[in-house]
Amino acid sequence: MSLDAAPPVSVTRRRFLASTAAIAVLASAGGRVQAASLSGILPWQPYSATPPTPVVPGGWTFFTPAEARAVEAIVDRLIPADDVSVGGKDAGCAVFIDRQLSGSYGSAQNLYMQPPFANGTPSQGFQSPLSPMGRYRQGLAGLDAYCKANFAGKSFDGLSPAEQDDLLKKMEANSIKFDSGDAKSLFELLLQNTMEGFFADPIYGGNKDMVSWRMIGFPGARYDYRDHIDKHNQPYPLPPVSIMGNSTWVRR
Amino acid sequence: MARKLPRRDVVIVGLGWTGAILAHELTDAGYDVVAIERGPWRDTATDFNVGYMPDELRYAIRQDLFLKPAQETFTFRNNTSQTALPIREFGSFLPGNGVGGAGVHWNGHTWRFFPSDFNLKSHLDQRYGAGFVHKDLQVQDWGLTYDELENSYDRFEYLAGISGKAGVLKGQTQAGGNPFEGPRARDYPLPPMKMTLAPTMFAQAAQGIGLHPFPTPSANLSGAYVNPLGIAMGQCTYCGFCERFGCSNYSKSSAQTTVLPLLMRKSNFEARTLCEVTRVNMHPTGKHATGVTYVDVNGEEFEQPADLVLLCAYGLHNVRLMLLSKIGQAYDPNTGEGTVGRNYCYQTNSGVQLFFDDKIFNPFIAAGSLGQTVDDYNGDAFDHTGKDFVGGAGINCIPTNGRPISYRPVPPGTPRWGSAWKKATKDNYLRAFSFSSQGSSYAIRGNYLDLDPTYKDRFGNPLMRMTFDFPDNDIRMSNWVTDRMQEIAKALNPRQSVVSRRTKPYNIVPYQSTHNTGGAIVGADPKTSPLNRYLQSWDVHNVFAIGASAFPQNAGKNPTGTVGALAYWAADAIIQKYMRNPGPLVQA
Repeated sequence: MSLDAAPPVSVTRRRFLASTAAIAVLASAGGRVQAASLSGILPWQPYSATPPTPVVPGGWTFFTPAEARAVEAIVDRLIPADDVSVGGKDAGCAVFIDRQLSGSYGSAQNLYMQPPFANGTPSQGFQSPLSPMGRYRQGLAGLDAYCKANFAGKSFDGLSPAEQDDLLKKMEANSIKFDSGDAKSLFELLLQNTMEGFFADPIYGGNKDMVSWRMIGFPGARYDYRDHIDKHNQPYPLPPVSIMGNSTWVRR
Repeated sequence: MARKLPRRDVVIVGLGWTGAILAHELTDAGYDVVAIERGPWRDTATDFNVGYMPDELRYAIRQDLFLKPAQETFTFRNNTSQTALPIREFGSFLPGNGVGGAGVHWNGHTWRFFPSDFNLKSHLDQRYGAGFVHKDLQVQDWGLTYDELENSYDRFEYLAGISGKAGVLKGQTQAGGNPFEGPRARDYPLPPMKMTLAPTMFAQAAQGIGLHPFPTPSANLSGAYVNPLGIAMGQCTYCGFCERFGCSNYSKSSAQTTVLPLLMRKSNFEARTLCEVTRVNMHPTGKHATGVTYVDVNGEEFEQPADLVLLCAYGLHNVRLMLLSKIGQAYDPNTGEGTVGRNYCYQTNSGVQLFFDDKIFNPFIAAGSLGQTVDDYNGDAFDHTGKDFVGGAGINCIPTNGRPISYRPVPPGTPRWGSAWKKATKDNYLRAFSFSSQGSSYAIRGNYLDLDPTYKDRFGNPLMRMTFDFPDNDIRMSNWVTDRMQEIAKALNPRQSVVSRRTKPYNIVPYQSTHNTGGAIVGADPKTSPLNRYLQSWDVHNVFAIGASAFPQNAGKNPTGTVGALAYWAADAIIQKYMRNPGPLVQA
């Protein structure tokens, strides 16, 4: 055991164990974490794991009420309610996007955001100085202004489903311009995030009651299929589970 | 001013596969070793916890276990006429971070390269005549042979408990294995995994048209295993959460599951986590290194003196540290002079997706390496006479997962949203599979790595610049192999098959492969390689760089098996030769 052999980051066993716990907790909160010197032991600390925090529906953490109405209307056109499944709004996709935007994804915390910014070739990828939060705020303002100017003062959520679909198709085809933000890139971001919400584990606020997983036949977080590996060409018999469990296990 | 620490025998940069193997071997030989890792400590129970590891959004989409571009990224351009821009969000490849490195979140395909991949230039010249290899290709010999590396491959496969079937055992071809592989001294430690429907059908179809399919050698374990270090692993449960995830079952080989439980208990080993090495320090003569400088997570700088410096970071980071530390001369594509950054290569892939009406594939019952491979068109396993390319590709049917944010096969022409999209998604999810080619990538003069003139990391050090596009040779190779894949697809008789060919330009956005090779390559000539055959710097004898950075060109195979073998090969050279008489192991 030579835990205190290394002067700079030498720590007692007690302090080291405390510091690994701090790594697990503080790293996700963006706080200061400790470098560690590890020797003579296989470090492990109970209760230091970092499970995700379940999203609780209700209210908005990023969207304004008007933005939320537009996004709810959009996710309900991208994933419309029909005889196959509920729509994107009832599946929780707008709540999912809202919570993602107010977290590390929304602020582009993990991305390289240092200048100078320049427009590259398509093969050089994303080069915007805007975080996803900024892209939503700017793009949704552009969409709202476009709707008001072209549909007698109405916002997106006031349009008919056919008008909404037509407008979304134009955004997808890059055939209209917004005064604020880029219509095509707003569409692509919305489509990506809506699908993420619809197909992700329901712990993040979308895919309510594992609706998408039931729809396609994905069993979720089952994690052990040894009983079925030899059963070629046979449907998997069990319903899906989330990392929160199955809806029949949880108090509702 | 950096705080200077007491000297250690050996400092290792990075604690992934290669760092852990070298640390284990060197501590067993009695040396005092410190490994400096810029990411966090990670262990199975805590960080790959079964209670929440099967989370596609967090790990596969938001890339929770990977290096964050905010910490370090690369700049990229397709050719020297463009201005490189930073990769602000990783896409095409995903470097690892933290203890275990990219070995935590790999799929587990564990290959040996063909014997002809090692003496490639002389092999091609001998078989097809000098001048057959196009003059634009910088194809080189490794300076070491498959036969020399065989024992090191064997040790890595037994460390990791690889599941597979020998194809050539002591020179004898074995039914059911890869008849094109180099001879091996003994079979894999575990038998192949159980097959799902898609690779079973693929193998039948391939065999039916005269090809030689075999189970892909896998680091997802087909059964319980205790490795030579006494470390136990469990059977794979076919959960379908391998690549981009840590394994909760102790059934995917990694430093965590094969080395660290023993290594961490040794008193002559120390790991420092959340400490990032920023340069190798050089003696004023420039002839040897004195240790490394690193910055801990709170910004404090330290100098760690050591007699021997082993660069065991991800291959790209090994190259960057050599450039930042001026170990060897930087490669200049205009003159062809210099060697560090030379022969950056990648992987040349294509795919075929098949849709059926009457089959249920259950794509979620899967493992990262569970599948079948055809090597008939890989490397130089086939006659290239009359062909306008060299190299080849493995054809792999390895359905790794059915995770639905990313995996939602629909036929071309399906809308991307709305009710028609939803119906097609529902109808095809269980009824499709794909197979792909993983092709060789051969060096050309203009594909290389150097330091970016503009963009810096958070310490103010230049980012590394990657200049790369697919060589025309490799595009021709990939197209020819893709034609062969269509023959297999036809034999499978699907409702519809959809071909995705490899086209230029190389694009940094969609995921392709985290097989970035070269830049700090081995070779027999210091004019064309910064490292000798023992992965030792020609210029600075107490620096070794171990990783896929050492490949002179990339084969049509995943790199980790060869990377693991190189770790043992270098460890033997260091312990048996270098430590007894420090100095160049090969005279230039």
